[in-house]
Formats: sequence, structure tokens, C-alpha cells
Amino acid sequence: MEMMLLLFVLVLSIFLGFELINKVPSTLHTPLMSGANAISGITLVGAILSSGSDSSSITIALGTVAVFLASLNVVGGYLVTNRMLRMFKKK
Amino acid sequence: MILEAFQNNTFINLSYILASVLFIFGLKMLSSPDTAQRGNFVSSLGMLLAVVVTLLSKEIVSFQFILIGLIGGGAVGAIAAIRIKMTSMPELVALLNGFGGASSLLVASAELFALTTSNLVAMIAIGIATIIGGVTFSGSLIAFGKLSEIMPGKPYLFIGQKILTGLVILLLLLLLFQFCSGIFFAEILFGFDWINPQYALILLIVLSLLLGILLAIPIGGADMPVIIALLNSYSGLAACAAGFVIGNNVLIVAGSLVGASGLILTNIMCKAMNRSLLNVLFGGFGATDSSSSSGEGKVQGDVKPINIADSYLILEAASSVLIVPGYGMAVSQAQHSVRELGELLQDNGCEVKYAIHPVAGRMPGHMNVLLAEANVSYDVLVEPQDVNPIMDTIDVCIVIGANDVVNPDAREDESSPIYGMPVIEVDRAKTVFVLKRSMASGFAGIENSLFFKQNTRMLFGDAKESVSGLVSEFKS
Repeated sequence: MEMMLLLFVLVLSIFLGFELINKVPSTLHTPLMSGANAISGITLVGAILSSGSDSSSITIALGTVAVFLASLNVVGGYLVTNRMLRMFKKK
Repeated sequence: MILEAFQNNTFINLSYILASVLFIFGLKMLSSPDTAQRGNFVSSLGMLLAVVVTLLSKEIVSFQFILIGLIGGGAVGAIAAIRIKMTSMPELVALLNGFGGASSLLVASAELFALTTSNLVAMIAIGIATIIGGVTFSGSLIAFGKLSEIMPGKPYLFIGQKILTGLVILLLLLLLFQFCSGIFFAEILFGFDWINPQYALILLIVLSLLLGILLAIPIGGADMPVIIALLNSYSGLAACAAGFVIGNNVLIVAGSLVGASGLILTNIMCKAMNRSLLNVLFGGFGATDSSSSSGEGKVQGDVKPINIADSYLILEAASSVLIVPGYGMAVSQAQHSVRELGELLQDNGCEVKYAIHPVAGRMPGHMNVLLAEANVSYDVLVEPQDVNPIMDTIDVCIVIGANDVVNPDAREDESSPIYGMPVIEVDRAKTVFVLKRSMASGFAGIENSLFFKQNTRMLFGDAKESVSGLVSEFKS
């Protein structure tokens, strides 16, 4: 049953995503992409749970590498998107 | 009561819902120029919230490794984001995409080693997250290599490539089936005794990395925006699959939002080239088409070169100018000089607009980023469908390092490989200046009849030097 709930959320979020970002001016294509990329770093949540768990050391090791890469993705993604958007000005 | 809420994860799950809402609002705001910067901030708050409440989770027994990863990764990411040059943005986006994919792959693998009971649903999720994560990672690394010119940017094709790709996909599906069901074909067929799912996982990783490489190497420079947008979508889907692995809704919501937005961008890019996604992925454009079109060898007339002094005289008299930038502007880093020229023209009483084709450059929105860096206001940037109807009224079009996106053959020559692609119809303007290094054809390797038109003048040389030359003519 839990699986069904997750699938339900999946299908609805995909539709939401399509509706949400339907019309994007091309000016924002790159920031939208890098901003979305930062969001995909949400996998950091899973990485943290593995890295801090009391499972086998291989799980902790893999989790820690995942935390490293996901934080790089998140921090780098948000900062660089912000840097780009700061330049987009109307004069 | 509050303590209880902490203990049974109610608090954490409520926070995840709030984080999802922040992501949704953030993305929505990111799609409008006025709210985009706030949108990015809202979405980053969602991320911060999700990470902080995860750290409060009772499943976490040790923080030492988490902190090492968080601080190390965060620091590297911050340094990269602050120090990167705007011209290197496509490479950074590709690389960050790849790291997101790799992270999802690792989360799935870590979960496999933590599984205590065999669980079909978890195995399917781990398998799928591994495949998507692996393809995203290696595909993004190849894209990074091509964009940063560590690797040649040309499409790389070899005999049997499609067959090999198909074979790898088939093997991956078989392996995924074995991984989930425990029935191993190799054992039946060859008598291997590899029931261990951990071996199967390693094979799964190797094959998905191989698939990512096979999918990315045939992509040529001009098609890069499509593959970058597609990999962006994959990185979201990988996070989504990782969400199924750990049974966490916030990963599923955030991941599928990114997956959807990446697919929308991919679709925009494909439409802008009038090609299907399959054609971009497997077509190997440029490597195959150049031979067929150059074989015709049609003489289209003489090329008329022009020098800077004469161009200045024409520009000085113009009352409307349209600047059309392409990848060549990025290569010669001419964006600052271009902005200066635009301002001088405006001071001269001329109306200046910039027409930007969706696939100009190496990633979606590449030209917009460069012009924004050079301080060009975004409201003078126009899209092809807005400027084409008024093209006849424009005095001078300045094409700076763009080629295929201004090729009139897309409208006129049915035999051209780019026939039907929506282009910026610069040849309909009264005069066209084409700033170009030499007469070499574009990245798609296609002849451009624009160069031979009556109203076209070729300003040969490095784009930055030519534009700077015009700037100093205006100043003197």
C-alpha cells in the first residue's frame, strides 16, 4: 500500500511539474535548468540517512560519498543560479 | 506531545511537506524574470529545511561522516559557483548534473547493502535508480568533456554504435530483471554461479555508465543544448527513483518536478531544431550530413567582404539594428564589446534589439546568460517568432558567430538537412553583416546560403576584434 501512495505522489507531481513550468521565457532557460538541478540534489536527504545510519561500513562509506556529491550539487547549483539571476536586470 | 511528534517522525514528515511546497513555489517563481531570484531563494529554503529536519531524524546515530560530506561538498560547490566564469557555465551545469546523478546512484547502492530482508519493491527501485543515476553521471561527464574541449566536440560515431547501444540496453533490462527477481539468465545460460545481488549491482553500474557514454558521444556541438536539458531531466528522475528506494515523498516530489522541467526544456530545444528527440539522440547530426550536402557543390555566387570602416558608415546611418549572437560570440568572448556597440548605436538614435535563437550556443539560454553578464537589459532580447514578422523593417542585422540558426536554407532548400527548422530570417533585413572567422561551415557542417545573398556582407576576423573595431570607429 505504501508503494501505491508513493506512485500516486509521483504521477501527480509529474503532472504538476508540467503545468508549473509550461511557459518559460528563453531568457530564463539556463537559470531554470541550474535551479532545477540544485533541487535534484534533494537526494542529499537519502544520502544523509545512509551516511549517519548504524548499518555496515560500506553503507556509511557510500552514503558519505553521496553526501559529498549531493552537497556539491546543492550548494553549487543554488549559488551559481543566484549569481546568474543577479545579472538579469531590466534597465 | 511535541516530543512524541519528534519520535514518530510526524514533525519530520510535516516539514518535508512544507519543503515540497517551497520547491513548487520556487520553481514557479523561477519561470518569470521578475520573481526568479526570489524563487531560487525560496527553493533553497526548502532544501535547507529538508536537510535540517533529516539531521534530526532518530535513524541517524553518527554525525561525523555526514558533516565531513556536507562541509567538504558544500565548500567545493561554493568555490566552483563563485569562481566559475560565465562563459564556462555550460560545463559547470553539466558537471553538477552528473554529481546529482552519481549521488542518487550511491544512495541506491548504499541502501542495497543496508537491506536486511529481500524486498521486491526496494530491489526494483534500487535497480532503476542505479541505471538512471549511472546514465546521468557518465553522460554528463562526457558532455562536460565536450563542452570544456577536453574531448573533441564533434559527434563520435563508429560502425555498429546503434547495435551496441541497443545491446547494452537489452543487457541492462535483463540484468534488472535478474536483480529484482533473483533469476539470473547467465546462470541458466552459462552456468555462472552469481546469485549475489551485490555482484549484479556492480554489473548494473558498469553497464549503465557505459550506456551514458554511448548516448552522449554521438552528440555534436550544435545539439548540446538538447542533451544538457535531457540530462537535467534525468538527474531529477534519478532523485525520484532514489525516493522510491528510501520511501521518501520529498525526493519523489522534488525529483519529478525537475524531471518534468527538464523534459519541457528538452522539448523546446527539439522544436527549435525541428527534430525529434530520437533523431537528436541517434542521428549523429553533422558527422553524417556534411558529406551529403557538400556533395552537391552548388555555386551560389560570390561572397562580398566588407571592412570595418565601411560597416561603420552603414551602421551609422541605420535606424534599426538587430544583433544575432551565436556560439562564436561565446568563443571570442565578444559579449562586452557587443554591449558597448549596442549602446553606442542607441546613443546614435538607433533602435537596437538582440534576437536569440533557443538553440544558439551550447546550452538552453546560453546567449542570454552571456549578454546578461555583459549588462544587456533582458527586455531588448527577443525571440525569433517575435522578430521575424518585422524583419523587413530592420536596416542592419549583425550576425555574430551564429550560423545554422540564421541559415535561409531552412526555409528555401528542401534538400537541406535543416529544412523546416525555425530560423531567424536575417536575410530579409535590408543589410546583413556576418561576423565570421573564415568561410568554414557551421557546427552542423552545412553550407549556409546566407553568405552568398545580395544583401549580405562578410566581416571576416575574430568577432571580438571586429566589434571592438566598430566601437572605436563610433568613438572617434
